[in-house]
Amino acid sequence: MMASSYNAKEEDGHHSGAPGHGVAGTVKSKKPDNTAFKQQRLPAWQPILTAGTVLPAFFVIGLIFIPIGIGLFVTSNNIKEFEIDYTGLDMSSPCYNCSQSFSWNNTKPCTCSVHFNLDQPFESNVFMYYGLSNFYQNHRRYVKSRDDSQLNGNKKSLQDPSKECEPYRTSDSKPIAPCGAIANSLFNDTLDLFYIDPNGTKTPIPLVKKGIAWWTDKHVKFRNPGVNDNLTAVFQGTNKPVNWRKPVYELDPEDHENNGFINEDFIVWMRTAALPTFRKLYRIIQKKNNMTPTLPRGEYIMEVTYNYPVRSFEGRKRMILSTISWMGGKNPFLGIAYITVGSVCFFLGVVLLIIHHKYGNRNNSPDIPN
Amino acid sequence: MALDVGEAEATKGSKVKKQRKKKNKKENKARTVHSNILYDNAKGEDNPNRHYANNKIKTTKYTFLSFLPKNLFEQFHRFANVYFVFIALLNFVPVVNAFQPELALAPVVFILSVTAIKDLWEDYRRHRSDKEINHMDCLVYSRPERRYVEKFWKEVRVGDFIRLRCNEILPADVLLLSSSDPDRLCHIETATLDGETNLKQRQVVRSFLDLDCDFDPSKYNSVIECEKPNNDLNRFRGYIVHRSGRRDGLYKDNLLLRGCTVRNTEEAVGIVIYAGHETKAMLNNNGPRYKRSKLERQMNVDVFWCVIILLIMCLLAAIGHGLWMFQYGDKRPVFDVLSPEGTDLSPALSAIYLFLTMIIVFQVLIPISLFVSIEIVKICQVFFIHQDVDLYDEETDSQLQCRALNITEDLGQMQYIFSDKTGTLTENKMVFRRCTVAGVEYSHDANARRLAMYQELDSEEEECVSHGGTLSRRDSVTSHQSAKVVLRSQSTKSHRRTGSRAEAKRASILSKHTAFSSPMEKDITPDPQLLDKVNEGGSQMDFMRFHSQPLSQLPSDLSDINDFFIALTICNTVVVSSPNQPRQKVRMRFELKSPVKTIEDFIKRFTPSRLTSSNSSSSSSLLAERSARRAVSGAMPSPSSESTLTKLDEGEGGEGGGGGEGPDANAFSPAPPSYDAKPAPIEEGELRYEAESPDEAALVYAARAYKCSLVGRLPDQVTVELPHLGKLSFELLHTLGFDATRKRMSVVVRHPLTNQITVYTKGADSVIMDLIRPPSTDDSKGKRQRKILYKTQNYLNLYAADGLRTLCIAKKTLTKEEYAAWLRRHLEAETALQGREELLFDSALRLETNLHLLGATGIEDRLQDGVPETIASLRKAGLQIWVLTGDKQETAVNIAYACKLLEPEEEIITLNADSQEACAALLEESLHYIQAKFLCPSPEQAAGAFQHDFPLFDLSPPPSSSSSAASSQAAPVLVHRLGLVIDGRTLAYALDCSLEDKFLAVARSCRSVLCCRSTPLQKSMVVQLVRNKLKVMTLAIGDGANDVSMIQVADVGVGISGQEGMQAVMASDFSLPRFQYLQKLLLVHGHWCYSRLANMILYFFYKNAMFVALVFWYQFYCGFSGSAMIDQWYLIFFNLMFSAFPQLVTGTLDKDVSSQTLQELPQLYMNGQNSEEYKPYMFWMNMIDAFYQSLICFFIPYFAYADSEVDLLTWGTPITTLALFTILLHLGVETKTWTWMNWLSIGFSVALFFAVSLCYNASCPSCYSPSNPYWTMQRLLGEPLFYLLCVVTPVAALLPRYFYRACQGSLFPSQVQVGRQLDRLPAETRRNILSLSGLAVGARYALRPSLFPFPGDSFPKDCGLGGQDGLGCSKSPLEERPLRPQGKAPSGLAGLRDNDLSLTDPFTLASTETDTLPYTKEAPRPAEHHRSPAKHAASDVDASLDLSRLSLSSWITSTPLLSPAESVQLTAPPAGGRQSATYRRDCEGRPGADHAVLEPGPRASHGPRDSLQTSLL
Repeated sequence: MMASSYNAKEEDGHHSGAPGHGVAGTVKSKKPDNTAFKQQRLPAWQPILTAGTVLPAFFVIGLIFIPIGIGLFVTSNNIKEFEIDYTGLDMSSPCYNCSQSFSWNNTKPCTCSVHFNLDQPFESNVFMYYGLSNFYQNHRRYVKSRDDSQLNGNKKSLQDPSKECEPYRTSDSKPIAPCGAIANSLFNDTLDLFYIDPNGTKTPIPLVKKGIAWWTDKHVKFRNPGVNDNLTAVFQGTNKPVNWRKPVYELDPEDHENNGFINEDFIVWMRTAALPTFRKLYRIIQKKNNMTPTLPRGEYIMEVTYNYPVRSFEGRKRMILSTISWMGGKNPFLGIAYITVGSVCFFLGVVLLIIHHKYGNRNNSPDIPN
Repeated sequence: MALDVGEAEATKGSKVKKQRKKKNKKENKARTVHSNILYDNAKGEDNPNRHYANNKIKTTKYTFLSFLPKNLFEQFHRFANVYFVFIALLNFVPVVNAFQPELALAPVVFILSVTAIKDLWEDYRRHRSDKEINHMDCLVYSRPERRYVEKFWKEVRVGDFIRLRCNEILPADVLLLSSSDPDRLCHIETATLDGETNLKQRQVVRSFLDLDCDFDPSKYNSVIECEKPNNDLNRFRGYIVHRSGRRDGLYKDNLLLRGCTVRNTEEAVGIVIYAGHETKAMLNNNGPRYKRSKLERQMNVDVFWCVIILLIMCLLAAIGHGLWMFQYGDKRPVFDVLSPEGTDLSPALSAIYLFLTMIIVFQVLIPISLFVSIEIVKICQVFFIHQDVDLYDEETDSQLQCRALNITEDLGQMQYIFSDKTGTLTENKMVFRRCTVAGVEYSHDANARRLAMYQELDSEEEECVSHGGTLSRRDSVTSHQSAKVVLRSQSTKSHRRTGSRAEAKRASILSKHTAFSSPMEKDITPDPQLLDKVNEGGSQMDFMRFHSQPLSQLPSDLSDINDFFIALTICNTVVVSSPNQPRQKVRMRFELKSPVKTIEDFIKRFTPSRLTSSNSSSSSSLLAERSARRAVSGAMPSPSSESTLTKLDEGEGGEGGGGGEGPDANAFSPAPPSYDAKPAPIEEGELRYEAESPDEAALVYAARAYKCSLVGRLPDQVTVELPHLGKLSFELLHTLGFDATRKRMSVVVRHPLTNQITVYTKGADSVIMDLIRPPSTDDSKGKRQRKILYKTQNYLNLYAADGLRTLCIAKKTLTKEEYAAWLRRHLEAETALQGREELLFDSALRLETNLHLLGATGIEDRLQDGVPETIASLRKAGLQIWVLTGDKQETAVNIAYACKLLEPEEEIITLNADSQEACAALLEESLHYIQAKFLCPSPEQAAGAFQHDFPLFDLSPPPSSSSSAASSQAAPVLVHRLGLVIDGRTLAYALDCSLEDKFLAVARSCRSVLCCRSTPLQKSMVVQLVRNKLKVMTLAIGDGANDVSMIQVADVGVGISGQEGMQAVMASDFSLPRFQYLQKLLLVHGHWCYSRLANMILYFFYKNAMFVALVFWYQFYCGFSGSAMIDQWYLIFFNLMFSAFPQLVTGTLDKDVSSQTLQELPQLYMNGQNSEEYKPYMFWMNMIDAFYQSLICFFIPYFAYADSEVDLLTWGTPITTLALFTILLHLGVETKTWTWMNWLSIGFSVALFFAVSLCYNASCPSCYSPSNPYWTMQRLLGEPLFYLLCVVTPVAALLPRYFYRACQGSLFPSQVQVGRQLDRLPAETRRNILSLSGLAVGARYALRPSLFPFPGDSFPKDCGLGGQDGLGCSKSPLEERPLRPQGKAPSGLAGLRDNDLSLTDPFTLASTETDTLPYTKEAPRPAEHHRSPAKHAASDVDASLDLSRLSLSSWITSTPLLSPAESVQLTAPPAGGRQSATYRRDCEGRPGADHAVLEPGPRASHGPRDSLQTSLL
């Protein structure tokens, strides 16, 4: 790439050849050791950056990056993704009525149904996400507001949550489990999908709620205090977070194993998003067999139990259906980035070539051959 | 030198007095010292000395217990530390904390502990050296044992009696009570204190003078009262009170100071007055002061900017947060957490809290680890400097020592060097070089060769052996020579550079130290011709003596030669001694005291019989001692028998002196019968000469080489051994000592052969030549005399041009009447009560007239090895060198010429003024002169200015970026080929406030400045003036105590540690064994240290800014809440661990240019002088680059993860990784030298990062409170996206920088880059290119093809290019090709370009070049060959000059894009053909100098003469 050479310099020419000390052994001389290291003569690679030496690097980078970029771009484009906003800010939106409520503790759940069409069938496993916009889950005080050791099943922390959880540490002088703002603001909309057959029947699509959290989170990081059998007893003496309707041990009425701190929806929520616009994995639609697509083309209904108020912060709620590839979800950016960087490199390489032709030889050639 | 100190004392005096007055008020109690012997039994309580400090010294700062608090306290003096502690503490405040509080302490604790460990280590080293010193042995009188017993130094207490043996070092300040010396003197060498090597006499306290038997401490019962301990070396007052109540004064002459060495005195006894820390030496030894380097000052400015950037960033974030909060108004979103109290925070309050939080989060921007990294790097740099073999001096077994650890990089930025002369530039060893006698020059070629042998590096060992052999075989095997032989057998050939000298030095050490007696000074190889004549003269005289012929019949040249050597031998105050016996020493050190006291005495002494008796007595040291003591006690009673004899012979003596035959014959009878045989070889060999000044010794040694040896000196007679004549005793009638006004000394003796009264005078040529008797005009003798005078004067000029110290030797024969007449008045003068000095002076003047010139000598104050070369190369490096010396003007100028500080063709402005007004006028005048001459330079001068060897020197502050034409206008002052010589008195006026600006204006436009006769204070004032007014970096180098103040004032003080004292070394920041090492120290290590550190600092700023900016960008996406996507651990340890090692390695090891190239191209040093590695704009460029890179590193992951389920840390960790890669690769782009260490450190950093993060992420699922990165990294490593990001982001981030570097390397390479490219060449090619000098290289680089649109011509490359600067062809490899007329020369370049276009591979060309081009040693010849055409084609030469200038300027500026118009501005209009010839000659001289290694003798003697002649052309 660069003009390079390993040259153990012959700077040592005049001295280093001399063998050892003058008066060997007789007097302990202070004479420094004549080693390559101490005399700073370590063999070294000394690249010199000039147009001529550098331009191959540019071309090589360009030539490598552009194909990679194209590959990534194509991969990303092959991913199918469907997104629907159900916030209901529009008057016309089916969820408009539900969205008007600000409160967390509406006794009456508000439901709405959102119709949508899939133009293309989704062939492989489909991941269903809920997406929030303008939700600063990365706010510093928000991020801190949790007690990991409580979530890890520490009984002491259960009864006496960390101070970080303030002001969601206690309610009614009982410790909150799980404490903190993150837990308190758990996303509690329920989304259900129905496929409308061409003949008009409404078939529910099976949504798998297991396996949406990281394995390590589910099995290591989050643990219920005590055994799972009697969660009610375990969480005795604690309060549910203020915004919650159900205590933590009743999060999933269907699956007993999915309750308490190891509820996967809860775990997913507790992994705070990096950016204010984010999505979180909600359910997985498993491919049934090879013959039929997971989600065939056609009309669908999404039934939403609308609990989560976002209007206070001008947030948006979305539901996203997406297949994934080896590189994750749909994101053409990386491919574009590779192509751009590769092109720029190539272009700069050309510029350097011109420079090299025009000026390079001047410095390098006449007397100092490069 | 002595005078120096005297003046210093005078100037200091007032200061000290003031201080003392203050002190006296407080504590006017004096110190009373009793003998410890009296109190020995009653230990402790009633010993009055118990309050005084004991002799144990402790220079450590800390004790075991006090270390922690004291060290912490000191560290908190550094503002940065306080700041970081503040931040760490801030983190404990819950409202604002960002990290786990304990974790936030880690960096501060780490930094503090690293510094503490460093301090501890340093303190431990001090402790060890203290211990070593404290455990040295000395003899202390012990009362119970009634003898002197060995004790450690630390056990010595005030009041103890100490016995000192020869060559022992004094453990404390001791009052001298007894000495084995017959005169009750003790000689000490104070080199460790003031750097003066000549022996100082100290006298036994007066009341103990008469003590004949040995001093018995147990009988001592006096009480000493003296002043309190103070640091004035030259002052001691007190008195001693004896039991009898008698009081005797004590003076500084009675005090032996700690650290001095006892010399020439077998034994001395004294009582300790001050001990340990109260000794004058220790009080004078204040530790090194803390210096802050220029780079660090510059860095601190940028740290300040960093603080501002930090505050701005925090402020922006705070405002943003306030606004963000504000936009939600009352609708509090669920993610905006209430305060712990559950209350709502107002946006404003929240913003304020956030501001503090941001300071914590962004703390990394202020590079906490920068300070500690810099210290580490500096320590490593110091280590490497220490380890440099080239800076190790075998002779003294000493190496360079960095005493100041924190200013290594300053070495690379020096602009002015202030150097002491004696002992720094010169070895302070006077060596006889050549002489002229009676108008005939004896060039002493063999001697020159011998000296060259000591000097030249590559002289073959064998040659050395043979020379040494001849020397030692000459007539005796002296002790040191035998030692030499032994050593030689031990030594291998590895010595080469220092070998022979080293042996010489060791030999002299082995043979017991005496001042001025290294073999180099002693073994003079006689000139064979002269030796023959001496022998001839001797034998003829011998013959005549036997045949009782008057000696006046001797041929005049032979008699002159004879007299010449006699004069050399006796016209001095040299004392003869032999090393192993008690000194046969003579009191005659107090001069101007004539032994002849009365007329009677005079007459009485004119008796031949006395000659006889004293002649025989001379061999008996007993008698000598006795007579010596007699002399001291002041009485002069001759043995009665002698005096009666004298009286009897009175009449005869009166006339006998005139005829002198009878008595003469008588006188000769006791002469050794075997005068022909070898004159007692062993005895002679062991003779040692101790002289007050080294040149005296040199002359005596020179005479000895001609077998005229001084064998004994008594107060009233000098014994000389002459060839064929044996020992002769000259009756010493008077010694008229040297004084600075007369600049000569004389002895009046009675010649034993002719019995005439003869005056031998020796002195500076300027005075002696005026005192020569004008030769009579008519007769042939007169003509001959005139001729001799004329010739001698010529030779003297030649010597002076050679840099030799010249002395003229003259003689005068007095008739008895004349003598009697003079003596009468002289005795009057001696006995005069008032104005004695003046009268004696006049008396001397009366005597020293009408002299007969015998000859002249040239003595070399030998320059240290490589001094001229060092000065030349330092000069090329753009350093201005000033020499500040206490020496007299003539000597200084001579040396300046010798060390090429002044060049013969240079004009010299000499400023000698007697008054302030005169000085002002002089300065004004010289300023006008300079302006008139140079500021609007006439064409010829401009051309001339460019003719010399150091082309670059003409532009003093070398321009940096703009074109040279522009910057040379901008540069306020040009340095001209002018030398300025100013003496101390004038300097005092010039340093006055009113004149200092003018003085500086004059001085800075001169190429060399020489300040003579300057006091230490003046030296420091000059340095201070230059430093403060010109705002330049100054380096002071010196070796003696008189340089201490200067060393302390300068930015960097360098002490020469070689043979002289430790005082300068103690005060210095660096100590070097020899001056020449300065070259490597500055040019190589200075450059390296500077460029390494500068680059490292810049990199640091970049790194931190880049890293912190990532977090800053994130604030826009987290509601400015102070949240960080980078885990706290990474944030805190990124600087300390992950990115720390590679930069340390690079900062320590990176070499931009190899040491060889740096030394061969001193111009590269200007890089540092102009601070080109670290300019203020570079900081901002780096900041911009940092922000760009962080944007890339932030937004590529941002978009890659936009709207995905990624969580905070899973997103932040890739960013951290990317940032790390980018930062490391950035370092890679900036690293110039990749050793395995670099690879290792980078690999290690990456590995460490992943290892730590993997462990950290796996360690605890519920800890690390604010963020919990459990299993993040592990998961990331399984994601392809992570790797894809890791590839594209660093590339995109580094693209601009890499591209810029490549363009810079091609379009406008800096000098350093050019140097690096030179490095890449095969050694052979490079050597050849470099030997063309920097000018040539510059020319080659800078020539724009566009400037020479000539059609391609297959002109030989080197020759064509060389032609550009008019000298290149001298080295042209293709000699057979005739040089084209220069007008076409540029076309060669164009042609070259064509040739080389095809050669893209860097190595093809280089290798073919070496293969095909026959570089030869006799390269200079073709230049000569081509000279005549050049002379004819003056215009062509002009063109070449023109080109060279152009190239020169572009070389300096390193700006390639010089328009032709600019070059015209600089172009010299046609220079005359003659001048061009001169130019060529100069150029040619250089290769000659390069080859002089092979034939040093001729060069040494002829080189300067050549230049002299050329300039006369």
